[in-house]
Amino acid sequence: MAEIRVNPTRMEMKKLQSRYTTARRGHKLLKDKRDELMKQFLEVVREDKALRERVEKALELYYKGFSVASASANPKMLEESLICPKKEGKLEVTYKNMMSVTVPEFSYSEAESEEAAAQSFNYGLAFTSGDLDVSLRELGGILEDLVRMAELEKQAQLLAEEIEKTRRRVNALEYIMMPQYLAAIKTIKMKLDENERGNTTRLMKVKDMMLEEQRRAGKEVQEEEEE
Amino acid sequence: MYKIGIIGDRDSVLGFMALGFAVHEIQNGEDAGKKISELVKSGEYAVIFITEDLALVTEEERAKYKDMPLPAITVIPSSKGSRGYGMANIKSAVERAVGADILFKDSE
Repeated sequence: MAEIRVNPTRMEMKKLQSRYTTARRGHKLLKDKRDELMKQFLEVVREDKALRERVEKALELYYKGFSVASASANPKMLEESLICPKKEGKLEVTYKNMMSVTVPEFSYSEAESEEAAAQSFNYGLAFTSGDLDVSLRELGGILEDLVRMAELEKQAQLLAEEIEKTRRRVNALEYIMMPQYLAAIKTIKMKLDENERGNTTRLMKVKDMMLEEQRRAGKEVQEEEEE
Repeated sequence: MYKIGIIGDRDSVLGFMALGFAVHEIQNGEDAGKKISELVKSGEYAVIFITEDLALVTEEERAKYKDMPLPAITVIPSSKGSRGYGMANIKSAVERAVGADILFKDSE
């Protein structure tokens, strides 16, 4: 691991210590955020999975019915009968904040004109087969599910991205930044302690030397007096 | 107010016309990629459905818009039946978020 190179001073140590505390707080917060994101993500994904299973099954049924209907109809006529929709779907989009991720929410509503509401289909029944009616009704039935599925899948994608980002940050803090700070603080502390010890021994040595000198000086004075 | 678009081969998408979707009949993958970009850039679409067959060959284009809030590009099975590609998408989202597949491992 690359160490942070710092001057071994008390000032630097203070600075590093406060950075370490901040990193630790950030790490805790991000970890909580990740856990909550994960919880919401899994909820979305579970619902999405169930919904997709249902929708895919329903679509398969619809395709079967529709291919029977289109086989028995003149292709031009078929397109003609479908081309003007009876329902005019309105798709409104609102945005929701999910753990600071902006996700869209779709709400689908059908605005039917009165004239159209009077008929059950948007085409004359005389020239089309009953299969068409049945299959289209099936498709209309899963419309809301389709929109909901699109919404959930988008939410899942966006949440997945955010979780990935958050997880990277948590790991960077936990395994790189925080150990680096700790190592740097430790290095400074050891250097400072070493200096301190060096200072003490130096003082002791100096004191010894001074005592020795005094003793010698005292001896000399005595000898002189004796003379 | 937004539109719902659908991209796919004729057999798969024709019926959606009756629901009021904006139907785009596309046969090959290259056109589908262009169509996706075109629809996204127009800004009118909130949801774009695309059939599995075309989704498989337009992965690049779809990936570009994956992390944008709109539009939602959703894969649906085509008239040839589902090959499980839509499910695979959910699975890859789970793998991306969790780091491992925890939802589908029982079913395999």
